[in-house]
Amino acid sequence: MADLARESSRLWFLRGCRGVVSIPGLVLLASMIGFAGLARESGVSLAFATTMTAVIWALPSQVVLIGAIMSGASFWATVLAIVLCSVRLMPMTVALLPTVRAPETPRWQLYLISNFIAVTAFVVAVAELPKVPRAMRVAWFSGFAITLVAANTVMTAVAFATLDSLPPAVAVCLFFLTPLYFTFSLWTAARASLERIAFVVGFLVLPVFHALDPTLDLVFAGLVGGTAVYLYDRHARRRRAE
Amino acid sequence: MPGYSLIDAPWWPYVFLVLAGALPTHVWRWLGVAFGSRMREDSEALRWVRAVATALVAAVVARLVLYPQGQLAELPLHFRIFAYLGGFAAFLVIGRRPIAGIVAGEALLLASLWWTGVV
Repeated sequence: MADLARESSRLWFLRGCRGVVSIPGLVLLASMIGFAGLARESGVSLAFATTMTAVIWALPSQVVLIGAIMSGASFWATVLAIVLCSVRLMPMTVALLPTVRAPETPRWQLYLISNFIAVTAFVVAVAELPKVPRAMRVAWFSGFAITLVAANTVMTAVAFATLDSLPPAVAVCLFFLTPLYFTFSLWTAARASLERIAFVVGFLVLPVFHALDPTLDLVFAGLVGGTAVYLYDRHARRRRAE
Repeated sequence: MPGYSLIDAPWWPYVFLVLAGALPTHVWRWLGVAFGSRMREDSEALRWVRAVATALVAAVVARLVLYPQGQLAELPLHFRIFAYLGGFAAFLVIGRRPIAGIVAGEALLLASLWWTGVV
């Protein structure tokens, strides 16, 4: 019986690996090439850029960290920007866990797999997990997430090393993938108008804060723009409730 | 003092990567597991969190489009905005499929590069 369970865990782990070959998975891989290009321009080493993908595993945090290095942001300004841009991982984890876990799943396994939760993993897991038997979901998600991180880590290194030999038009297109990918994945994952308005406002106020202080522009745009939209949304909800 | 070069040692960038990049990211995943069942999706605190995080990533997008690095910077600003908004419009019109927006945005970018003779 135990042998049978182990056998089928392995099977679902391998099926999870195959989940990487999907539209969101491929778009993420291409975006990693864009990230490698951005990292190159900023002057960090190949080893550093590759370690970023493997250790951080959240493209927004990686792009913000490269931006902080380029603009010469201080240590605490960098920490603050990363903390704010990755806050979204908490509600994402909260939303994903009830789907991944079985009643007997130990807590340490949840902490372990939580390290792999990011936008793409979330989008694919939400679509695929309901098709997986509940007892096998941790195995499926582990296979999927570990393969996704490994493939993207290798892609970062390969792209960093070979980008120089690409035609400039291709390099420019790959760089442009990151803003397009972030925009559409956020817009698709948004559950309410709150997030869509926050997106538009965050985009529009960035130039103002960039002119004031290019090392803290992201933090201010996020905090000021996001809080303003939240307050507006709360006001609108209360008026509707009256 | 820039955080990246705070300490002049070959190992510092990696310590910086973990302290300022990885830990501030992972901490939210761990908190998600820790508070998981006790948190309501539509609580006021989580609404604020979602608004701030979304605005910040949007600001990242704005910075990449408006103040890019490398050769994209040589393409005039209005062409970059044109390609970005064109991709966005295609995404919204063609059933909110990311792939549609990406293909359209990239095609408009390529057309702009060719039209201006930047690359």
